[in-house]
Amino acid sequence: MTTVSAQRLASIFVEVADTLVEEFDLIDFLHMLTDRTADLVGAAAVGLMLADGRGNLEYMAGSDENVKLLELFQLQTREGPCLEAYRTGHPVINVDLSAATSRWPLFAPRATATGFQSVHAFPLRLRSQVIGALNVFGDTKGGDFSGADVPIVQSLADVAAIALLQERSLRRGEALTEQLQGALNSRIIIEQAKGAVAYAQAVSVDEAFTRIRNYARNHHRKLTEVAQAIVTDRTTPPELH
Amino acid sequence: MLTDDGTRGVYAASDPASEHVEELQFLLGEGPCLDAFDRRQPVLIADLADEVTRWPVYAPEVHDRGVRAVFAFPLQIGAARLGVFDVFRDQAGRLSEQHLTDALCFADVAVEALLDRQREDTGTLGGPAYDSVIDGVGNRAELFQAQGMVMVQIQGSITDAAARIRAYAYAENRSLGDVARDIVARNLRFEADRP
Repeated sequence: MTTVSAQRLASIFVEVADTLVEEFDLIDFLHMLTDRTADLVGAAAVGLMLADGRGNLEYMAGSDENVKLLELFQLQTREGPCLEAYRTGHPVINVDLSAATSRWPLFAPRATATGFQSVHAFPLRLRSQVIGALNVFGDTKGGDFSGADVPIVQSLADVAAIALLQERSLRRGEALTEQLQGALNSRIIIEQAKGAVAYAQAVSVDEAFTRIRNYARNHHRKLTEVAQAIVTDRTTPPELH
Repeated sequence: MLTDDGTRGVYAASDPASEHVEELQFLLGEGPCLDAFDRRQPVLIADLADEVTRWPVYAPEVHDRGVRAVFAFPLQIGAARLGVFDVFRDQAGRLSEQHLTDALCFADVAVEALLDRQREDTGTLGGPAYDSVIDGVGNRAELFQAQGMVMVQIQGSITDAAARIRAYAYAENRSLGDVARDIVARNLRFEADRP
């Protein structure tokens, strides 16, 4: 991970600004952000987790499926960089996984076995509150962040946090809790829709997700809206049943 | 209590005064509980006096009855909606973090109880297979995917599917996580209910 290209960074922020002005789908947006972050810093994979009202982290989006399994593994074992960044509110930078076994006895060997060599995690912060974490995995030796990269990736994490306040009623402190709970429930709707499509079309749940996402994009509809239609509405497009 | 099939009504209330306040929303067609249901997220109003433009009829009406703050929590798992749980307060002010956590946990427990009422063959709550939707399942995503799959198998609603999976887990004395894994691996499938 070398110092990021200013041009690519600028184009990401333009894409972000373009998404945030109109009605947008939060989960689709978070997926986009993990994809672009992985691209930008040359990371093997990027994952994002949000905390529910009880302080438990939940997987929300990731640039590929390996990262999802690793994020879930962190949740189950209650250890790892994401949990650390979330608990402390500080980024975890340039951790060599092969030398991190004493820090994360379960997570480090598992991440190494998945093919990753380094890991970083950034807290998602909104004012004084930490609401989740962004996890960046590298798969090449020496894939370290330079000092200049850290604030850039942190700023992408901050963008993800800001996106949660879709309705922009910063006035009310409760708005964040409302949005967060809504986002966590949307993620559940997407999982339910993945199951329905996977079974109906006899494909894997990952393939089902790709089909739902492509359908939403091709028809300019929100991901969550399409997922909701699949689960609740009998008039779901035949391509998805 | 609201459901996707159009059922509307107050299911339970702690006292007659709050029951009456609840019924007002249905009568007036506006209020935090209806918003929470529609938007599928909590509606947390620390001071009703600020929300007169949002609910021009409802807000003054309940204010007259001494309500100052309302917190509405949808009872749902993804697309499965079973109702809304409302907390009223006679003083303005935000819920403390602890109260918020308690309310969210209570909503989860209420969802499970409502799901289990859906099927007569469900064992008693707290039986050996009792397994919290939220805490007891290692890979929660798998449970939700399983609900989607079973919905297609039984050609029912996602709520029916969630209830069927729970009833099966009780009957077989297995954990929800285990059953979900089998469903997603396509080692277990459910049949549509006979009419």
